[in-house]
Amino acid sequence: MLDVTGLQKIYPGQQGEVEALRDLTFDLGEGELACLVGPSGCGKTTLLKCIAGLMRPSSGSVVLAGTSVTGPPPDMAVVFQEYGRSLFPWLRVRDNVELPLKEKKLPKQRRRELSDEALDAVGLLKSADAYPWQLSGGMQQRVAIARAIAYEPRVLLMDEPFAAVDAQTRADLEDLIRTLWKRFSMTVLFVTHDIDEAVYLGERVLVMSSSPTIIQDDVTIDLPDERDQINTRGEHRFAELRTRIYAEIRNASQSATAQPQEAGKAH
Amino acid sequence: MSAASTDTRDAARRPGASGASRIALRALHLLLLPLVLIGAWWLASAVTGLYYLPTPGEIAATFVEVWGAERLAADVLPSIGRLIGGFTLGSVLGVALGVVLGLSARLRAVLEPVLEFFRAIPPPVLVPLLMLFMGVNTTMKLAVIVSGCIWPILLNTIEGVRAVDPVLIDTCRCYGVRGRRWLTTLVLRSASPQIMAGMRQGLSIAIILMVISEMFASSSGLGYTIIQFQRSFAIPEMWSGILLLGLLGFGLSVLFGLAERRVLYWYNGVRAAARGE
Ligand SMILES: Nc1ncnc2c1ncn2[C@@H]1O[C@H](COP(=O)(O)OP(=O)(O)OP(=O)(O)O)[C@@H](O)[C@H]1O
Ligand SMILES: [Mg+2]
Repeated sequence: MLDVTGLQKIYPGQQGEVEALRDLTFDLGEGELACLVGPSGCGKTTLLKCIAGLMRPSSGSVVLAGTSVTGPPPDMAVVFQEYGRSLFPWLRVRDNVELPLKEKKLPKQRRRELSDEALDAVGLLKSADAYPWQLSGGMQQRVAIARAIAYEPRVLLMDEPFAAVDAQTRADLEDLIRTLWKRFSMTVLFVTHDIDEAVYLGERVLVMSSSPTIIQDDVTIDLPDERDQINTRGEHRFAELRTRIYAEIRNASQSATAQPQEAGKAH
Repeated sequence: MSAASTDTRDAARRPGASGASRIALRALHLLLLPLVLIGAWWLASAVTGLYYLPTPGEIAATFVEVWGAERLAADVLPSIGRLIGGFTLGSVLGVALGVVLGLSARLRAVLEPVLEFFRAIPPPVLVPLLMLFMGVNTTMKLAVIVSGCIWPILLNTIEGVRAVDPVLIDTCRCYGVRGRRWLTTLVLRSASPQIMAGMRQGLSIAIILMVISEMFASSSGLGYTIIQFQRSFAIPEMWSGILLLGLLGFGLSVLFGLAERRVLYWYNGVRAAARGE
């Protein structure tokens, strides 16, 4: 479904270049829910923007369903890390959700059905006529998610969507994502820096190293399909998986602390 | 601490006074200063007895007399028409050019020094020039108004278009929002606070230039009439014309404020939310 091969991204900058991604290779199957974890600043957002066609990689390729990605693909939706800024403050919640559908030239009635369904799924049907700035951070986040779902994407990319919400809302949103993923059968790539969240949500967890960034590990999450905030997190297997990933990330950041000196010499 | 501040705010919003006396108090707030000023003027003109300084009473009486239906139709309405025409034209041109320049860094680099130069020319000096080119007619007066009020609108629009949030730009790209919808829903709406600020400045410049273009070269209009009164030493009449201009400017500014409140409803909401209200 989604093939990333040898992806490298170097940002040009005044104080020399920044190599945000060194060499990433992985692929996602159709209908898979994969989580991407990695330390802050390791290039998760950069990777997502390359996959979404919002940014050209310096080398390597992204292929979506057999087609090489050079611009934003038509059936992909993105929930941005800065979700509050990704909503149009001059449009009401429903118009925010329906804007992409208008561009798809869907008839009014169909747009309404889709926005109703999506807003209902995230529990915000009652706020359809509010403006985004009248909502709390968690509610704004759910609007951004509803907009992505209503778009009926085949691939959904989410960039640390729960960073700014409290623990309870976060747990609810995590369950929401799994429900939506099953109901709408999409391929989901979910970026987070929270290891527990990645293990709880994913079928698979990709671990990114810190800069220079590669895919450090690719862990299959063999937990039962039905997940539950209390029981799943209490399972022995859950603890094993999170310990394994935690160790990987620790390794990654230790090798990273050794790296900068090397890089410094090379310059 | 936050609870205490909420209490004081609530107290300020709901004073002990009843509804009627609150309205009276508000009316007093609004009218107090104008009344004091008129009183002071009255005193000054009565005490000095200056010929050039008629009392407010005289001016008011003259006002009713001078600005009857005939003058309204012959001088005032055409002036207002030119003002609104010139302002509208200046706004449309300013916003259109501003969007183009705001979106293209290359065009900006080429045109910015030239724009700064033209902006620095005081528009009234263009009146004699435009008279030569266009003659003394409505087109010339419109050109004078446009040449003055376009600058703040143009420059503010450029700023507004340049400041569109990159996250919203990415959102539009990712969801395939482009073309006309992209222009109206993303660019113009994002820039609307700056555009409105520019238009407000442009409006007051347009009023000034409306009067000036008529004072220079005209045989009708508000500016012309006021100059005529002054030349024929019809002092109370002249004052009543100035009063009319003041009222006109005030009325237009109130209308503009109403339009602005509607257009920028979301913006005021965002700002209030950011302040934590
Ligand atoms: N536009 C840019 N220009 C130059 N360098 C950039 C730019 N964007 C990101 N970087 C650099 O690239 C690296 C990766 O950034 P990125 O935003 O992808 O990290 P991230 O993993 O998403 O971090 P976080 O978890 O904090 O969101 C960082 O070192 C950052 O400084
Ligand atoms: Mg990021």
